[in-house]
Amino acid sequence: MSDMVGIVIVSHSKDIAKGTADMVRQMVGSEVKVAFCGGNPEGGLGTSVAGIIEAIDAAWSAKGVAILVDLGGAETNSEMAVEMLEPARRDRVVVCNAPIVEGAVMAATEAAGGSSLDQVRAVAEELSAG
Amino acid sequence: MSLQPDTFKLLLKAAAEQVIASAPELTALDQAIGDGDHGTNMKRGFEAVLSKLDTIGAQPLDEALKSIGKTLVMTVGGASGPLYGSFFLAAGEALSHDRTLPENLTEVFGSGVDAVSARGRSHAGEKTMLDVLVPVLETLKAEAGSPDLIERIRAIASESMERTAPMQATKGRASFLGARSIGHIDPGAKSSCVMLHAVCSLLEERT
Repeated sequence: MSDMVGIVIVSHSKDIAKGTADMVRQMVGSEVKVAFCGGNPEGGLGTSVAGIIEAIDAAWSAKGVAILVDLGGAETNSEMAVEMLEPARRDRVVVCNAPIVEGAVMAATEAAGGSSLDQVRAVAEELSAG
Repeated sequence: MSLQPDTFKLLLKAAAEQVIASAPELTALDQAIGDGDHGTNMKRGFEAVLSKLDTIGAQPLDEALKSIGKTLVMTVGGASGPLYGSFFLAAGEALSHDRTLPENLTEVFGSGVDAVSARGRSHAGEKTMLDVLVPVLETLKAEAGSPDLIERIRAIASESMERTAPMQATKGRASFLGARSIGHIDPGAKSSCVMLHAVCSLLEERT
């Protein structure tokens, strides 16, 4: 399992994050590690750096982790979480500039084929390039 | 005026209490042009800071600033967590490198402002907290050593906060509103102003 890039889904809403992860699992299967988090530290709408770090740990793979986010705060908090990782891991986690649901499915599909982190990110980000 | 540990603790307490007291107003501003959570997010973050006041107050200043930053990052839960968190983390980092307060205040504050700018990939003029932080930094640079520096900082913080109202947001959630963001003060500019005013008031009382 560790030879596939892991996927982390970060939404302001836990329901959206979980629903996105469910879609990924149904479409891509369970060989790619997928972790999700949503909600602020009190459980309301928002994102939590601690929750994102936990999700990165859960989806960790030697090949790295691609994060998909919904809105601004999810991106900023994800970038902050990446910076707070130990230095050896920091360079192997990327925040993709892609729509959360489509991006997660595309990234996981690419990851399932054993692609590198750069390839996984590129496939997800093609969606925003339109 | 020299920054003794007890003064720092009082400054932190005053700033945190003012942010918490302003939560309803921050939320109201954010409901107009954002997602309406700035007040509750900031309140949660600064309540967490207050709960650690004694521990943070006992730390060396650089470590104390980093603790504030880390606490905000971990507890705020919106984009303002990493933004304000980065400010304090970078300011603490600057102090770790042979800088002292208040002697290097401009430089230390500047490191914080740069970190906010980098974290948000933003600069002044985009209707954000930087529209208060950057003019305050400019004032610190231009008027360092001036006898009425505190008064000037207070005034420039208010003026620059007010000036965010006619701006159109191009960063953050408010940018989705386009021209509809015009006419409202930016919530991040307001929270920055609240903290700066709290610090100015306390320093005035003690000098």
